[in-house]
Amino acid sequence: MPVTDAPGKARALYEARRTRVPIPPLTDADPSLGMADGYAVQQELVSLLLADGDTVVGHKVGATSKAMQRLIGIDSPDHGPVLASTVYRDGDTIPLDRFIQPKVEAEIVFVLGERLAGPGVTVPAARRAIAGAVAGMEIVDSRIEDWRIALADTVADLASNGAMATSSQVVPLEGWDPRLTGMTLTRNGELVDSGAGAAALGDPVAVVAWLANTLGEAGVVLEPGHLIMTGALHAAVPLTAGDVFRAEFDRLGPVTIRVGGTA
Amino acid sequence: MNVSELADRLSRAVADRTAVDRLSDEFTELDLPTAYRVQRVLRDAAGPLAGWKLGVTSRAKQAQVGVSDPIFGFLPAGGALDIGEPLEVARQIQPRCEPEIVFVLGRDLAGEHCTATDVLAATAGVAVGIEVLDSRYRDYRFTMADVVADNTSASRYVVGTPVPVSGIDLRLVGVVLEHNGEVAATASGAASLGHPAAAVAWLVRALAAEGGGLRAGEIVLSGGLTAAVPVGPGDVVVASIDRLGTLELACR
Repeated sequence: MPVTDAPGKARALYEARRTRVPIPPLTDADPSLGMADGYAVQQELVSLLLADGDTVVGHKVGATSKAMQRLIGIDSPDHGPVLASTVYRDGDTIPLDRFIQPKVEAEIVFVLGERLAGPGVTVPAARRAIAGAVAGMEIVDSRIEDWRIALADTVADLASNGAMATSSQVVPLEGWDPRLTGMTLTRNGELVDSGAGAAALGDPVAVVAWLANTLGEAGVVLEPGHLIMTGALHAAVPLTAGDVFRAEFDRLGPVTIRVGGTA
Repeated sequence: MNVSELADRLSRAVADRTAVDRLSDEFTELDLPTAYRVQRVLRDAAGPLAGWKLGVTSRAKQAQVGVSDPIFGFLPAGGALDIGEPLEVARQIQPRCEPEIVFVLGRDLAGEHCTATDVLAATAGVAVGIEVLDSRYRDYRFTMADVVADNTSASRYVVGTPVPVSGIDLRLVGVVLEHNGEVAATASGAASLGHPAAAVAWLVRALAAEGGGLRAGEIVLSGGLTAAVPVGPGDVVVASIDRLGTLELACR
């Protein structure tokens, strides 16, 4: 049975983004909402945002760790589009007043070199289509009150994506293994956490194959130049104005963001 | 409180393969210096040493237990597992495995001002390791003094083939711990005190306080890089560290 009033739910999330006032979980009013319903709302929400002039420049994949999947009660990741208006560069100041309840996550981001259309995309095929990797940080945010998200809520809400920042040098995947690539995250110079690529579904390249195959079922293709955010390598960290976060990756180098504003 | 008697209790727990109550419940005055004296009694009775190990090297763990320094223990040569040798779970009490960056010393190293740079200069090679912890206390419930007396839960360990450390930034190497084919945890080398060589330097300074140091050929397990996973018969643990290698430990 199709979700009731996907456009209305998308509109509520759109307004929450605009006003920075979170809404109650969609699943409070309708606990039966599932993954497919979430994607139906996400699609409507993306239409509203594209109508404002935004463009899709890639995709994020979330819930790539077993711990996170258990937390929201699924056995696969979820995904959402990356919008051009949310992409920052290394060293940028990201205004806190864009967000409602942001947290930061460090992740490996791939840049696609070739078109990738599922289903049937294998991990080696995904690897061949990847032009290279960059150091990435995602700011996750929820338009749902107090992050009280069930699966359908986060999926509808663009997989809780807020913004991303990446380093500028694209490093080809030759002679190194993203599974084993280490990362340290510091906040204002203090080590916060560390991780390695395998935290993302066992292999960040497998995340790309999963995404291509999942989107392929809906007829969506990954395009050359698309950014693929492969999932957090550690537990998300809340951020406050004035913080400087630096995620340094072996082989990829660092990416740094400053958190601006006084909110 | 007789330190030899406390050491005896812990030795008996090993011999009986039975966990005991933590010492601090009965001996409330047990403090860190006394605990290291208990550990020293165990060390003197342990036969030849292969090296040393560090514990509580993550800042998060230190904050959690309210301390600002790591702790150290010793590694009896007899505790080593060979590469490919299975862990006999029935000979342990409650084993847990964690991945380690292992330093192999190329020359003696001592001094109360030892730095991470000194450690790297004295290092012949670094290797991936798996430490098998086995607290002699029921359910791993202990105070810092308890765990120091219990040789920081040290039991067995396996060390891979060392590689030269030059050109490797140990802070950034990725660490993946797999348990029965699933990724159990990841980290980078920085998880141990910001840099594993800094953890070893701390050990050298701590040993200097008792007039000792590291000897050429000794190994140092520089601190667990992830949470330890409990293991049982049939389990397989794989530790992979970028640029150092992969090590598998089967349990039976």
